[in-house]
Amino acid sequence: MIRFDQVSKRYPGGYEALSRVSFDVPAGDMLFLTGHSGAGKSTLLKLIMLMERATQGQVLVNNQNLNRLSNRQIPLLRRQVGVVFQNHQLLFDRSVFDNVALPLMIEGYHPREAGRRVRAALDKVGLLKKEKQNPIVLSGGEQQRVGIARAVVNKPRLLLADEPTGNLDPELSAEIMRLFQQFNDVGVTVMIASHDISLIRRLNRRVLGLADGQLVHDGVLPHVSDPQTTEG
Amino acid sequence: MSQIRKPPKAEAADSRDAGGGQARGRGGDSGASVYRTQVSDRWRSYLAHHRHSARDSLQRLLATPLQSLMTWLVIAVALALPAAMKTALDNVQVLGDSWQGVPQLSVFLNPRARPAAIDTFREQLQKHPQVKGVEYISPEQALKEFEARSGMGNALSSLDSNPLPPTLLVVPNDGLDAQALAALGDKLKAEPVVDDVVFDRAWVERLNQLLALGERLVLALGGLLGLGVVLVIGNTIRLSIENRRDEIVVIKLVGGTDAFVRRPFLYTGIWYGLGGGLIALVLQVLLLWLLSGPVAALANSYQSHFGLSGLGLSGSLNLLLLAALIGWLGAWLAVGRHLGEIQPR
Repeated sequence: MIRFDQVSKRYPGGYEALSRVSFDVPAGDMLFLTGHSGAGKSTLLKLIMLMERATQGQVLVNNQNLNRLSNRQIPLLRRQVGVVFQNHQLLFDRSVFDNVALPLMIEGYHPREAGRRVRAALDKVGLLKKEKQNPIVLSGGEQQRVGIARAVVNKPRLLLADEPTGNLDPELSAEIMRLFQQFNDVGVTVMIASHDISLIRRLNRRVLGLADGQLVHDGVLPHVSDPQTTEG
Repeated sequence: MSQIRKPPKAEAADSRDAGGGQARGRGGDSGASVYRTQVSDRWRSYLAHHRHSARDSLQRLLATPLQSLMTWLVIAVALALPAAMKTALDNVQVLGDSWQGVPQLSVFLNPRARPAAIDTFREQLQKHPQVKGVEYISPEQALKEFEARSGMGNALSSLDSNPLPPTLLVVPNDGLDAQALAALGDKLKAEPVVDDVVFDRAWVERLNQLLALGERLVLALGGLLGLGVVLVIGNTIRLSIENRRDEIVVIKLVGGTDAFVRRPFLYTGIWYGLGGGLIALVLQVLLLWLLSGPVAALANSYQSHFGLSGLGLSGSLNLLLLAALIGWLGAWLAVGRHLGEIQPR
């Protein structure tokens, strides 16, 4: 589903955010991306959805070589990838329903079908009763769930999440993770960037560890060890 | 949720995607709950987004009425000025055309010419193949007419003698072109009893040249003011793009095409243009109404039934169309310049 082949990203000014990163994520996998802030987690996610382009190497998503996609084709790539953002990226000038419906509106769904899907997605995250509210009145956890509903509403085969539990207490975080697992259970490839090591350890999944732009760990975290493992 | 399959892409313009094709259709199995966007759906949704963008952008303008009204007024004034000048020109043109209908030569005779010589000349003229009719105006008649029309009777009566010469008004045959007319004039001028020949048409031609000049001026001025309106709308749209930065970022993040992002702003531009055009029309009507009284009085004093005419239905529609086009253009320029700068970070 995702393949990185010797990928480097150098920003203007010379700062190298990623250097020669290679990994392969088969379809249906669920994995974590971890590392200190500045280690390159966000850059890696941005490369997958073409918010940035790799300076070197190849990124393949869904068998598409992203180097070969023109800027005009970026929207089409993004429609295939659901993304949950740390800061939700919700719009406070419209209702929860309209926020979740946005990707469907863009893709040109029939309003009836769009409504059905939006309600299904809101039901999944347990916010069906709040569809008419403005997301600004919701709690942080609820806002995050609206963001998740929007990310999955058009049933993408790949779901990315950037620190989805960053501002939430452990209980809410676990709840969010359970949601992601449910999506993974039905075949969605899920990739979550997080620095919540204890949570990751509990879930016992594959972990990609980044440090200073290099991939320093790839595999399940050992159960009993110090958190330093993730940094290699 | 037993399977996940991507529906085909919407937005006809983007349907020729590369690479995305292979992935489609895999991953799903029997397809019980799979929904695919049909072409008709996409078309309907495309139209729906147009409708939605148009309505939403108008509502946004009306939500800040004072601000929008200011912009509309600026546009209206800039549009009303060249429109008013064009209307004025058209009216003068109508006046000119009514003169042009009767091309005639005024043949001024030598005041000392004997009446017999004048009579002979007149009969000669009437038999001329290029002449349709001749009318003799004696100095006394001319004086009377002049007194009646010009309102300077008192000044004339203080003169010892009548300064006006005897005149023949010569109406040439229909269909005589300017060259033949000039030749006829030259021939008449060579006659011993004739002092001078004046073409009434010369004035009309001069007027037409002036009108052509005026037309150019209106075009140039209209072009400049139109450019001004484009810039005003462009700047206003730039601000509204800035205000909706978050929305643009989110739409781009979830896969909105540039066309999708652009649409509401283009409609905003069209609404600015149309609103300005409407107000310009109202200004125009007010101006006509203000001027029609004095113009009628003036025309009356010349025994004319001339009245001002406005832009008319097609002229008004053209103005509105042009205004909408200018608005759209301004929005397009602003969007083209600033939308690319807004990228999700």
